[in-house]
Parts: sequence; structure tokens; C-alpha cells
Amino acid sequence: MNVLQHLGQRALAVLASWGHGALFFWELLQALPAAITRPGLVVQQIHAIGNRSLVIILASGTAVGFVLALQMYYALTTYGASESLGLIVNLALVRELGPVVTALLFAGRAGTSLTAEIGLMKAGEQIAAMELMAIDPKARVLAPRFLGGIVSMPLLAALFSAVGILGAYVVAVMLIGIDAGNFWSIQQSGVDVWRDVGNGVAKSAVFGVICTAVALYQGYETEATPEGVAYATTRTVVTASLGVLAMDFILTALMFSTP
Amino acid sequence: MSATPFIEIDHVTFGYDSRRTILNDLSLTFARGKVTAVLGGSGCGKTTLLRLIGGVHAANSGRVVFDGEVVNTGDKAQLFRLRRRLGMLFQFGALFTDLNVFDNVAFPLREMTDLPEVLIRDIVLMKLNAVGLRGAAHLKISEVSGGMARRVALARAIALDPELIMYDEPFAGLDLVSMGVAAKLIRTLTDVTGATTLLISHDVPQCMAISDWVVLMATGGRIVAQGTPAELMASTEPEVRQFVRGEPDGPVKFHYPARSVAQDFGLEAAP
Repeated sequence: MNVLQHLGQRALAVLASWGHGALFFWELLQALPAAITRPGLVVQQIHAIGNRSLVIILASGTAVGFVLALQMYYALTTYGASESLGLIVNLALVRELGPVVTALLFAGRAGTSLTAEIGLMKAGEQIAAMELMAIDPKARVLAPRFLGGIVSMPLLAALFSAVGILGAYVVAVMLIGIDAGNFWSIQQSGVDVWRDVGNGVAKSAVFGVICTAVALYQGYETEATPEGVAYATTRTVVTASLGVLAMDFILTALMFSTP
Repeated sequence: MSATPFIEIDHVTFGYDSRRTILNDLSLTFARGKVTAVLGGSGCGKTTLLRLIGGVHAANSGRVVFDGEVVNTGDKAQLFRLRRRLGMLFQFGALFTDLNVFDNVAFPLREMTDLPEVLIRDIVLMKLNAVGLRGAAHLKISEVSGGMARRVALARAIALDPELIMYDEPFAGLDLVSMGVAAKLIRTLTDVTGATTLLISHDVPQCMAISDWVVLMATGGRIVAQGTPAELMASTEPEVRQFVRGEPDGPVKFHYPARSVAQDFGLEAAP
């Protein structure tokens, strides 16, 4: 009976936290119009969230492009299909690696930063001060960051994919010696703007919603202590990463279920 | 006290969780246009009282009445409407660390009014001048001392000339000159604007000097005594005398409730 009670209590607690999160997300969506009417705040956040994530995104994208070109070259040469290298690298980056790796890096770089920032604002009573000034912190603080995250993520993913392809070009064309014309032309003919690039961008936007909402929620609901903020930043990375991976499977199944 | 209080605390009971009650059946009124100081030991629920008035927390039972209107924390529109009429100085300032001194004071003006930037500039400089920090307007919050930060927070609390101003420990961390200026400013603001002022502090001399009414609160929100500063200073009640004179011995206990020293050091068997 005690075990059943314990399980029941845990289940109720999990459901309550999901409900709490859903309610927070709903309130965040309701606050969005206020942020849209103040584009200056959103641009500020795009700079803070997006621009400051550029270095890690560009470095990772280049490295992934290098490695992908090398690995694909070894595999494709076995089957005499090394001329397909450009296409495979492009599709892998634009459809999957670009959105997913960018989102995981975003959760680690910008997500933790957002959680810590909001958590420390809460610990320093800045959120409470705003509320007592009759200013809705969700509209003034959270919504611009939420929009900034949603806008930044596809841009960062596009840059990740772009530098990844350039990295693959360096390895494939300049080091291995694959024909440059073939490298680019097979991409031009094999990559569909809407189906491949468009779906990749849509995925990124969804991941932007997940990562930013999770980061803001963890920061807003954190216990206002140093330990609380530390736990919240960790939870941001874990929850956002798992959310991105789960959603990636669902979106891939929906978007690319037919050849 | 005035017949029409601006704030009325009516049989309020509150605790952050079910295990510990911070305020137990507290009833209190704050007169319109007067400075009321709430004095009491640490942890007796003074700051919680301010938060209840601001609608940050909902009372477990009883009601908080704000200028004739019962504060309903579930009604966001009402809460924000009432909060537009109050300013609060937080215990630790609660300044926005990403803004400089000027922008912190300008923040409520920019967010809550449609005033042109030129006018906002003048108002901000006037408020900063009142707390002696006009020359520090350009400094970052990380560049000002704790006492200066508190004065910036004071300037921000009064930026919109609110009807109700709540000060949570306004004198903590201030040097003697700043303390005197802050105390005079609080009194002057009340007299000039007619604002209702709630003051929470441990600083007995300053509170007695500028308050119209003083409430002495003990653990659990129990009201030990209330009256004019002169009445409290003249009180023969041991608890009141001990607090206003800062005497170490008396009915107000310094130690948190605990087992006896002998029990804790193993000199005597626990019951």
C-alpha cells in the first residue's frame, strides 16, 4: 500500500509539474503580442542570444563539416559513389545535423545563460520589483527573450549548415581532390528548397520554441538560491536536449516519411 | 488613527507552507497620508506583511483592504491597477543590474507613462538629486556601493510619486549622513505629496523621529504595542521598553527556541 501511495504521489507530482509548465507556456504565448509591439527589446535579445552564440555555432559547424566529409568519403568510396559526397553532406546538415546540433549547442550556451539570468533576477528580487511596479515580467522580460530565441535558432542553424558545407568543401575538394563543379552541382540538383531547407528551418523554429521556453521556465521557477540556480541551469540542458531529440524524431517522421 | 485607513489588514493569517505560520490572525490599519513604522525583530513577518499588501502573496485567511478594495491576488487586472498606485523600496534594493543608475530610476517612468524622454530625464535627475546621486546617474549598478544602491532604489520607488510608498529597511547600510537625508526625505515626501507611508525598520531612533504612528510587532505577527512615537518611548511595558531601548535581557528572546544548553552538550538526559 505504501509503495502504491508513493507511486501515486510521484505520478501526481509529475502531472502537476507538467500542468504547471503548460500553464507557464500558455502565459508566455499570451505575453507575445506585448513583445511584438516592442521590437527593440526583441532585437536586443536576438543580439544577446544569437550573436553571442555565433562563435560556438560556427566552430562546431565547421568541425562537423570536416568530419562528415571525411567519414562520408571513406564510406562512399567503397561503393564508388564518392561524387555524391556534396549532396549527402548537404542533406545531412540541412535536414538533421544543422537544426539538431545547433539546438543542443543553443541549449548549452544560450539556454543556460537565459536560465541563470532569469534565476538571478528572481533571486535579486528584480522580478518581484517589476511585479510590484505593475509591470508584467512575462511580457517585459520573458516574451522578448522567447521571441529572440525563436528567431535566432533558425538563423544559427542556417549558419551552422552553411559553414558545415564550406568545411566539407575544404576537405572534399581542396584536400581529397573531388571535383568542385560536381560537389556543388549535385547539391543544386538534389536539394529541394522547400522540402529540405524549408523543413530544416521549420524544425529549427520548433527547437527554438522548446529550448527557449524550457530555459525561461527553469529560470522563472527556480528556487532563488545559488544552489537553485545551479540546478535550474542543469535541468535546462537536460530537459531541452531531450525535448529536442524527441521532437526531432516526430518531426522527421512527419516531414520525411515519403522518399 | 484616521477613521478611513488607506490599508487595512483584517484577521490575516499567512504562512509560506503549512508547517510554519508567519502571521497569525493579524489585524492592523495604516492611516491615509501618515508615516507608519512597523518595528520588530528579524523574522517576525514585517517584510511578509508588505508583500501581502502588494498582492505578491495571498493570505491563507482574512483579507487585505487597499483603499477600500479587497486585494484579490487571483485578479491580475485589479492587482496591476492597485500596484500602479504604490511604490516599494526593497530590502536589498532589487535594482536592475543590466541598467545603469539613471535607467533604473527611469524604468517605471518609461514603462508606465507616455512622457517624452526630455521630461523623463528631468524627473529622474530631480529624484536622483533628492537622494544625492545626480552625479552618479551614469554609473553602472555594479559600480555603486550598497548604500548608494539603496538610495537609487529609493529614488526609483518614488519616481512615479505613488499614493502608497512601502519602505523595507530604508536605513540599512546607510552612513549617518545618508540615513538622516533618507529619513528627512521620507518625511518630506509624505508631507508634500500626501502619500501614505509604511516603513519597516530596525532603526528605532530614525523611525521614532519621522513616524506619526509606530507598530511594534513580535513573532507570528503578534502586535505588542502601537501608538505615537512619544507613547511608545514612554511605555513602561517591559517588551516595549526592551525593544525601543535595545536591551539584551527581557521578554524578547534573542535565541531561537531550542533544547537546553545542558541537554545539547550532553550534561543532562533529554526528556
